[in-house]
Amino acid sequence: MSDLDAAAPWSPQQSVADLLRQRREQIAQRWADLPLFRSVFTVTRDEAVEAAQSVADALVVVAASGRVDDIEASGFDSVRTQIGRMSAARSRAGLSVGRVAGEVAALKDAVVELLTAELAGAPVEHQHAAVLYAAELLSTLRLVAMQTMFNEGQELINRQRQQLMEVATPVIKLWHGVVAVPLIGTLDSARSQVVMENLLDAIVAQQARVAILDVTGVATVDTLVAQHLLKTVASARLMGAECIITGIRPAIAQTIVQLGIDLSDVATRSTLADALGYALDQGGLQVRRTDGRTVSAGESR
Amino acid sequence: MSDFPVIPVGDVLLVSIQGELHDALAVRLQESVTTAVQRRSARGVIIDISAVDMVDSYLGRILAEIAGCSRLLGADTVVVGMRPAVAITLVELGLTLPELRTARTVTDAAAVLGVAMPITDTASSGADRRGAR
Amino acid sequence: MTTGPTAAALRLQIRSDTDLSLVRQQVRAKAQEAGFGLVQQTKVVTAASELARNTLVHGGGGEMELAEVAQGGTRGLRLSFIDSGPGMADVDQALTDGYTSGNGLGLGLGGARRLVQDFQIDTRPGAGTTVTITAWAQSLGSAVHR
Repeated sequence: MSDLDAAAPWSPQQSVADLLRQRREQIAQRWADLPLFRSVFTVTRDEAVEAAQSVADALVVVAASGRVDDIEASGFDSVRTQIGRMSAARSRAGLSVGRVAGEVAALKDAVVELLTAELAGAPVEHQHAAVLYAAELLSTLRLVAMQTMFNEGQELINRQRQQLMEVATPVIKLWHGVVAVPLIGTLDSARSQVVMENLLDAIVAQQARVAILDVTGVATVDTLVAQHLLKTVASARLMGAECIITGIRPAIAQTIVQLGIDLSDVATRSTLADALGYALDQGGLQVRRTDGRTVSAGESR
Repeated sequence: MSDFPVIPVGDVLLVSIQGELHDALAVRLQESVTTAVQRRSARGVIIDISAVDMVDSYLGRILAEIAGCSRLLGADTVVVGMRPAVAITLVELGLTLPELRTARTVTDAAAVLGVAMPITDTASSGADRRGAR
Repeated sequence: MTTGPTAAALRLQIRSDTDLSLVRQQVRAKAQEAGFGLVQQTKVVTAASELARNTLVHGGGGEMELAEVAQGGTRGLRLSFIDSGPGMADVDQALTDGYTSGNGLGLGLGGARRLVQDFQIDTRPGAGTTVTITAWAQSLGSAVHR
């Protein structure tokens, strides 16, 4: 102990930081045998010890900064990736978030034991204060681990949603200048947005005059989805294409009316076939039988 | 005036907007188009905005006003080639411009105006090249 | 919320028409840098254009402060439009579509608010106006965060 340390008044902050620094090796050795480290670093034990040391180093910084209750403390930054990797490996191994959090919390025991031994001769209130301080530091570490796991889960969900949306909304070219997108399943706000962008891009790529949105496969329509449909129609119109909505089932038509959504400005047809017929008609094209028989009412327009 | 070549093609005026259109330029665009409509007794105006990457409420209003003024002078206006991102943004902004007529290509616009286009569709094919980048 | 600026803020003067172009160009460049998709880029640039014009026309000029922000792995832009003009007495009214004190369409404020994920306005009569907006690179991410 230097003169400076001796002169400074005792604080739990300094005491815990000192212990973590001086007993770094001992702590790391004990941590390395805990399931959290042991089961992640399976190749060599040195690897686990090294990982444990870097966690201990980060805790020294946080302990010395005095921000032990702050999960945003900059000292945790260096340990975030490390803890994140370990937690992810543990949850991949089938552990619940709670179990992983419990394993992180178990790191506390080694620190508290060593701290108690170190302060054996110190005043009892110092002992209590230091143990409390260390406990708080390690429960914050547990929160950091949980936050990291949560964020990673969230990112995974986002990525998968994105992938799902990209494959689930194909835009089909029905004829020269006529594109269609069949909507299937549940439409939420984000998915409607992807549908909208895909359809509008296809209008450009195909130089489409008519774009058809077929909602035959849509389970329900709420205000938000109806608004997205209206926005798609309005955007397509600004781009110079006419947008037709087809396949509105009676139940959905009722919902739309009950919600008070005004679809009066939107061109609708009962089926995709009707809309295609209309588009061909607009393009100056006509469907004709080649066997000389007359075109039945359902086939003509 | 050289920023917006107003090209007379038959009874129609073709205007292609290139590059950033700041407020003062937009006002000049409005003036040059309406002047040209009157001088040439044009029946239609086609404004190609396929190179425009943003239309805010100010520019949207200018486009609507050009259409309104030209209408009074006897010419219909068709806006051509609006990009998807621009259209989505305008609608979100609350500007659906219902009084503005639109078309995908210059040829389609000519059909909307009921005139034949004696030239090839250079403006819209140019738009596709730009759009693909 | 962990929305701290990740880089030093950039300041731009808003004193003239040409400054509006500069604002649009800078916001476009920063949005591209932050990985905004084309639609998100266009929305934030348009919102910036509306608000910068408000600053110029109604606030008698001012400045824009631009900072990059991050939240849970999603990058975003935070833009503040600051003027020391007459300010507004009734913010709700100013945000209503169709309301205008000048000769615009009255879509500026309310419209800009619909183009971004976060919109805050701080104003008092005689004390100037500061409008702060935040836009995220992915609209998807923001839908989940909220």
